[in-house]
Order: sequence, then C-alpha cells, then structure tokens
Amino acid sequence: MIDYEYALRCLPELGRGLLITILATVAGMTFALLYGLVWTALGMSRFAWIRGVGRGGVELIRSTPLLVQLYLWFYVMPKLGVRLPPLVTGILGLGLHYSAYLAEVYRAGIGAVATGQWEAAQVLGMSKARTFVSVILPQAIPPMVPAIGNYLVAMFKDTPVLSAITVVELMQRAKLIGADEFRYLEPFTLVGIMFLLLSVIATTGIQRLESHT
Amino acid sequence: MLLELLPQLFNGLTTTVALTLGAGLLGLTLSVIAGAGRIARNPWLVRASRTYVELFRGTSALIQLYWAYFVLPLFGVRLDAMTVGICVLGLNAGAYGAEVVRGAILAVPRGQWEAAQVLGLGWRFTLIHVVVPQALPRALPPLNNVMIELLKNTSLVSLITLADLTFEAQALRAATLRTVEIFGALLVFYLVMALGITAVFRRLERAAQQRLATTVVRA
Repeated sequence: MIDYEYALRCLPELGRGLLITILATVAGMTFALLYGLVWTALGMSRFAWIRGVGRGGVELIRSTPLLVQLYLWFYVMPKLGVRLPPLVTGILGLGLHYSAYLAEVYRAGIGAVATGQWEAAQVLGMSKARTFVSVILPQAIPPMVPAIGNYLVAMFKDTPVLSAITVVELMQRAKLIGADEFRYLEPFTLVGIMFLLLSVIATTGIQRLESHT
Repeated sequence: MLLELLPQLFNGLTTTVALTLGAGLLGLTLSVIAGAGRIARNPWLVRASRTYVELFRGTSALIQLYWAYFVLPLFGVRLDAMTVGICVLGLNAGAYGAEVVRGAILAVPRGQWEAAQVLGLGWRFTLIHVVVPQALPRALPPLNNVMIELLKNTSLVSLITLADLTFEAQALRAATLRTVEIFGALLVFYLVMALGITAVFRRLERAAQQRLATTVVRA
C-alpha cells in the first residue's frame, strides 16, 4: 500500500517545509514571550480600566479560533496600508494568540511568589522595580518553565493553520506534493509522523525538566 | 449594513453549533473511557488508551482532519466532511479530556479506595459512588477548557470544505470585501459561544459540588 520509494522522494521537499514550520514556531514563541509581558503589565496597572482592557483582550484572544485571528490580520492589515509577507503575518498572529496564554502563566508565576518577599525587600529599602527584577522574577521564572514548554509544543502543533493564509509550511508542502502526484497517503502520513516524533521528544524533555525542579 | 450579512453567517453558525455538540459529546464519552482505561488494571487497556492519547495529542487537529479527509478514502473509507469533522474533533478532544479525567481520578486520595475496600465495597461501586463524585468537581473546570479548544478547532473544518461559521464568513468576505465587519462579527460569535460553554460548565460544577456536599452529610 505504502510506496516507500515515493515516500523517500517526498522527504527533501518536506524537509524544506519543516524548516519553515520550525522558523515560525521559534519566531512566534519569541514574540509571544515578549508580548505576554505587555498583557501582564496591563493586568498589574493601578487603573481599573487598564486592567479591564488587559483582561478583556486576553479573554477575547483565548476564546476565538486562531484561524479567524489569522484571517483577520491577513486581510485587514493590507487595508490599513501594512503589507507584510504571509509568513511574517502568520508569526505575528501565532505569537499574539499564544501571548494571551503566556500572560496567564506569567500572572500565576508572579502571584505564587510569597508577599513576604515584597515586604522584606521594602524593609531593606529596595525600590519596587529593583525588587521585581532581582527578587521576584528569579523566584517566579523557574516554576513557569514547564508551562511555557507545553505552550511551545502547542504552538508548534498549531503551525499548520498558517497554511490557510498561504504560508507553505510542512503540511501545505505535503498537500502540494500530494496534489501533484494525486497521492496523499505518503506525504500526509510522513507529516503526521514528523509532528508526533518532535512533539513527543519535546514533551518528554519538558517532563524531565519538571521532575528536575 | 451588518444586518444583511447576518443570515448567511447564521447558516454557518448552525453547522458550527452542531459540530461542537456532536464532537463534544463524542469527546466527553471518549475522555471517560480512555481516562478510566489509563488507570485500569488490565495492561492492554492501559496501552491502548495511552496510544490513543499520544497519537491524537502528538499531532495537530488540522493534520488529523486532512488525513481523515484525503487519506482514508484511499483505504475505501469515504466519509462526508461533517462526519470527518465530528469524528476527528471528537477524538482529538477526547485525548485531551482523557488526561483530565485520569488526573482527577488520581487526585482522589488513596485512603478513599482503601476505606471503601475495608467497608467491603466492590471496585466498580467504589469508583462510581465514592471516587467519581469527588473527582467530578475537580475535572469540570479543565474539561471546560477542552470544550473551548474544541469550539475553536471547529473553525478548521472550513479548510476541508465544510460550510461552518468561518467558511461562510470567508465566502462573504470574498463577495463583499467588508472584511472588518465580517470578521469582527465572527469574533463576537465565537466569544459568545465560548462564554455559553463556560456558563454551562459553571452550573455543572456547582451542581457537582452541591451533590458531593449533601452526599457526605447523608453518609
């Protein structure tokens, strides 16, 4: 049933797709890690309405499909005069989507540091910013790492959605190959195996990290 | 302006709701079966459940949809897009739900099992009348998240030609080019559905907690 010779022939092309997938994951995660901080900062504001905006934004992003958000950026940004390559739009959309999830991770991680730490730093005469950077963050970050890792894997698995906005990542590459030869079995199965292998390896790594801390 | 666009969006909305309900029921059923399977005493059941969970959590929903839609026909299994959508999304949600169910059952202290055994209660009786009532309030909030992920994943069926909410919105956009209004309405639709799912689960959670409290008093 499976034509191994054809499968082998697909591999180099799929490898090129995989590179785009990994690039999108790494760049998207970097953006998400940074933009998640913005949501967290909004949530820690002194003004109730700013906190409300932050919470509403996170809620809206988390409750609506990534695909719809990608379409929105893909079709609306050119109307605003912003023309970006699809891959860049995809990376920004993917990153923005996951920034809302990371904001929750940050919030929980910072909230888990005992309030006594703030008070002790205050007694020692440290400024608020200094306390946050050199007392709170070093304690808050290690417990966050496994959760961040899980979202990295989730984002990796979401990259095929970028194909809807014309990015030729791994899965779209498989679809193109399949359409060329009208044989979908080998390319799609290979893509499934690639995703399975990479996410199982990553998840095992995260679990090991978790049991380490 | 927006009012003329609504009827076509509503057509898609019914498909999205039907898909969410169908796949949701399938997913919850599979969550319970595979979740219980992972802590069963029969090693084959454990292995089968784990393989299912790893397979569906390790690949993504869109790849699973494509595989079922494009590859399965090569094996003579020809399903229409709606069936593919319900089965694949249900299987996908079930894999995530199974981990929730497993975690919630394992979180019930071992002493509960031992106490039930001392009282001469059978394994199945203990599971249904002692462990599940305690596990349920803990399982419901994460299951709520699984269902919201499922709702969001339904948008992917538009890529296998099923005319759901996202598909209709795309068609409308191409026809009218009123991108901002259409996708804005789309976001609101999904947000309202997600809030609806959360409201249902909040109510279920409260009911489960109440039932647990009164059961304890009666005993």
